Amino acid sequence: MATTHEAMLDRLQRRHWWQRLSASDLCWAVVVAAAAMVALVRYRAPMNGYDTAILVATSLALIALGWHWRAIRVFTPVVGGASLFAVMRYPDLAAAQTDFFLEYLLASQSAIMWMSALFPAATLAYGVGLVTRHEFSARVGTALTWTAVGAGLVGLLVRWWESYLHGPDIGHIPVSNLYEVFILFAVITGLIYLYYEAAYRTRALGVFVLTVISAAVGFLLWYHFQRGADTIEPLVPALQSYWMKIHVPANFIGYGAFAMAAMLGVAYLVRHRASDDGPVAARLPSLAQLDELMYKVIALGFAFFTVATILGSLWAAEAWGGYWSWDPKETWALIVWLNYAGWLHLRFTKGLRGRAMAWWAIIGLGVTTFAFLGVNIFLSGLHSYGEL
Amino acid sequence: MSADEAERDGRRKRRRRSMLRIILEFLGSMRLAITLLVVLAVASVIGTVLQQNEPYADYRIEFGGFWFEVFRVLGLYNVYSASWFLAILVFLVVSTLVCVSRHIPSVWREMTRYRDHLRISSLTALRNHRRWQVDVSASAASSAISNVLTRAGYRQRTGDRGETRVTAAMKGRANRLGYVMTHLAIVIIGVGALIDANLGVKWRTHLGDLEVVTANRSMSQMPPDSRLPSGTSSFRGTVYIAEGQSAGGVFLPVRDGHVLQDLPFEIALQDFRISHYDSGQPKSFESDLVIRDEALDDPLKRTISVNDPLHYRGYAIYQADFNDGGSRLDMRLWPLSGPSDATIIEGRVGEQIEVTVNGTQRTIELIDFSLFNVRPERGGDGAPSNDPRDVDQRGEFRNVGPSFKYKLRQPSGEAREFHNYLTPLRLDGASYYLSGVRTSPGEPFRYLRIPADREGSPALFMALLDRLNQSAQVRNAAQETARQLLKQYQGEGAETLVKRVAGTAEGMIKRLRRGGFSAVEQHLASQFDSDAIDDQRRETLVRFSRTVLQRTLMQLYRDSLISERDVASAALKLAQRDRRFFADALEAISGLAAYEEPFWLQLKTFEHIQASGLQITRSPGKDIVYAGFGLLSGGVFVMFYVPHRRMWALVIPGSDSTEVVLAGVSNRHPGAFGGEFSAVAEALERELRAAANETNGGPGVDGNDA
Repeated sequence: MATTHEAMLDRLQRRHWWQRLSASDLCWAVVVAAAAMVALVRYRAPMNGYDTAILVATSLALIALGWHWRAIRVFTPVVGGASLFAVMRYPDLAAAQTDFFLEYLLASQSAIMWMSALFPAATLAYGVGLVTRHEFSARVGTALTWTAVGAGLVGLLVRWWESYLHGPDIGHIPVSNLYEVFILFAVITGLIYLYYEAAYRTRALGVFVLTVISAAVGFLLWYHFQRGADTIEPLVPALQSYWMKIHVPANFIGYGAFAMAAMLGVAYLVRHRASDDGPVAARLPSLAQLDELMYKVIALGFAFFTVATILGSLWAAEAWGGYWSWDPKETWALIVWLNYAGWLHLRFTKGLRGRAMAWWAIIGLGVTTFAFLGVNIFLSGLHSYGEL
Repeated sequence: MSADEAERDGRRKRRRRSMLRIILEFLGSMRLAITLLVVLAVASVIGTVLQQNEPYADYRIEFGGFWFEVFRVLGLYNVYSASWFLAILVFLVVSTLVCVSRHIPSVWREMTRYRDHLRISSLTALRNHRRWQVDVSASAASSAISNVLTRAGYRQRTGDRGETRVTAAMKGRANRLGYVMTHLAIVIIGVGALIDANLGVKWRTHLGDLEVVTANRSMSQMPPDSRLPSGTSSFRGTVYIAEGQSAGGVFLPVRDGHVLQDLPFEIALQDFRISHYDSGQPKSFESDLVIRDEALDDPLKRTISVNDPLHYRGYAIYQADFNDGGSRLDMRLWPLSGPSDATIIEGRVGEQIEVTVNGTQRTIELIDFSLFNVRPERGGDGAPSNDPRDVDQRGEFRNVGPSFKYKLRQPSGEAREFHNYLTPLRLDGASYYLSGVRTSPGEPFRYLRIPADREGSPALFMALLDRLNQSAQVRNAAQETARQLLKQYQGEGAETLVKRVAGTAEGMIKRLRRGGFSAVEQHLASQFDSDAIDDQRRETLVRFSRTVLQRTLMQLYRDSLISERDVASAALKLAQRDRRFFADALEAISGLAAYEEPFWLQLKTFEHIQASGLQITRSPGKDIVYAGFGLLSGGVFVMFYVPHRRMWALVIPGSDSTEVVLAGVSNRHPGAFGGEFSAVAEALERELRAAANETNGGPGVDGNDA
């Protein structure tokens, strides 16, 4: 994360990391910890040990994320506040049709529709900003992306609440089917992009990354309207596990990062074809920067994908009778992992850079998409959720 | 030993050494590693595209004799346990091990050596470097450097090179450990996985001292050559235990059959339960198990469910499946092909019953019974997957009640499979008994809809069918119909005409029974297909024939209704639903032609006994694999997010000022390191300036940026 020079200098004056925390850092930690405490005390009864551990770990991760990335300190309370507001006005499912705020903004379907509209709008704004070199338009793109990510996250959180309104035994975290994880994908990819947008101080890549998110949103809308996939279903026995809460989000950090890396690969190829003093070169970051960013994003994706696959394996050891069964989904996860392991190896050991690596990152998205979607569509197995 | 011999021996040794080196070089090379990664990926794809571990007979049908054999030899039906696939895995593990062990010395050097030999020229060639001329003593400058680097978290080593004082520092050397951790993790995971790959069984079946049984056998029927004693090897198998029964072994799939693995304890199933959500989707699958073991004082009682297995003595017992455990079924046998009374037969799922109906012999094999049939509303007639571990959850569900499956085997050995429901299902506004039929397990059931009468019974339909099967009844109805139709033809020859028309009606009904309405239509088309008859006349004749058939059938239906309701012929009024029933009945009768069996079984009552499908595994390599997982996760993050950074500071005393050079490099994130470097440089400049102020009360630092 880009910090100011002064802050960095200031941090150098102190020896230990806790001494380097500012007052606002501490304040953030206290707020998150207090919120977690309230949740723990209020909902102690329905939560088991795993739920408690996940809540505590999530809070710690959120504190660390907020220290590292200041925008999260605004984003989290806004999303949390909006979700809590929605929950307060949502005593039963009928309220979604009668309450103004729920009907037009905050009920999960409304919020998800807002997200679905805002991501394409943000893509457009970034595109206009890039072509016309209007900084304002690109800033609108950033604002729209933040709003879209927030709307998607509110949609998921409120959907979580709605699932409990369907029945206490039906309630579950909304990462259990293809419809829900597509929203998760859009949200996480958006957040990863926003992080690097701030870190690299460039809005030129927005149109590239947001294109892949908009494509996901397009699929989501088709899935919703053509297949009626938005209904909340009770959890089948195989999914009734706390592992779902960590396995799925970790996986989608990986998928989101790989998707972004592929779009950076596209940006790289575009920049590579353009002459160095042409209009494209003036608008896009340098090849070296794109290359470094691509590496960083793939490293992020690889690290989380590794952890997610391991978590999946631990879950499989509890649900399917073995930590590895060569189920098509497991196998394709391994293929995706091998693919990016190969990419990283060539970069580290041979120092490979440039077009080949950009193409590889793009092809990697194809492999990842097959693991994510193709396995569900074309192959059968225990993990082929949400057939189309 | 002569000098000559010694030389030769030495040469041989050298050659051997160099041979070994070449092999090690090859094994540890990046090219091999990448090749193995690609080959492994491609091989894995094969296993996902080609459905694994199916019965070999199915593959033979799919690929034909030649390719079936080719694929079998290549081991493509069990790719992940094929020897070549395991060989790739072993190769990858060995290659990684060679690679990691070759690199450990250099990693150690990287982690421990400060590289304090670097010259000023190589330092100033680095992208991140700064030089200053300062008015402070060399020792003051050195202590400023030491302060700043310590605060920034760098370990340092200081030494003198002539006049020059060299400080070499580094931070985040764990990064290099990340490399060792991740690669060692792969080796560890590979070793653990190979321990769990059950190579012993593979080897013994290869040698032939373990016989793979392909037929369905019960545990006690397994030959001794197909049994594995309980021991320490890894395995993964399944066993079905009926409620009230127990098992002391588990079947392991090997190639297209299985072998029996003995367990050192007995597992008894007390109860198996499926609970459902209000919407009908399954909510949980649970088995109440009792473990009886000599090592236990009291039997161990535990309930397991999906996601909640029982771990006992290194064995893990999972809820993996369920099916029927020998439910008792009372069935009513309705003859279809001739006049006969319905009889009641009784049997258990899994049993075979010999029957002879109207001279036709059949063996009834009762295959399965299911208490719940939760069918997706929008789906077709097929039943959904019932693997409880499946994560798919779609559609709206409706429980349509119990059903059972049976096969009817002819004396020739051919068999068809049937799937009948206990209660009639409401479909399109009417109630039907669904009866599915198929000729091979691969195809979906085709469902015959037998309309249920007012009482919800198939009796009326069967009565109608019975009449159709009795030629005397058909003849009466046909003649009655013909008389009605030919009322206007009075006088001589009328009775002959009636008989002729009735005769064609009887013929058509025979055809209907044999081949359905399509056969009747075919017959009509061919019968009047003559040049002597013009089109219009042909049309009239066909239509007349259809009317005769239709009315005869209606007459038979009325006769059935009259006898069922016990009313006079004139008093019988057909309501809308009676007409609907008639239309449905005709369709069912037409469909029966494809049924080709002498009887239909209706389920009357049952006693449900379930069996729980348990997956039992022993994976002694699991802890090793998990250790590898831990190492891999830690290593990946260390490698990516703890960059190994080095800094050097030179203090060169001059005649009137001291020169300070600071330079740094990071093996990851050069952009982020640039920021860190300039912050350190600036902090150092401040310290130096403060030191200069102290010594001579004036600004004395001349900076020179990179």
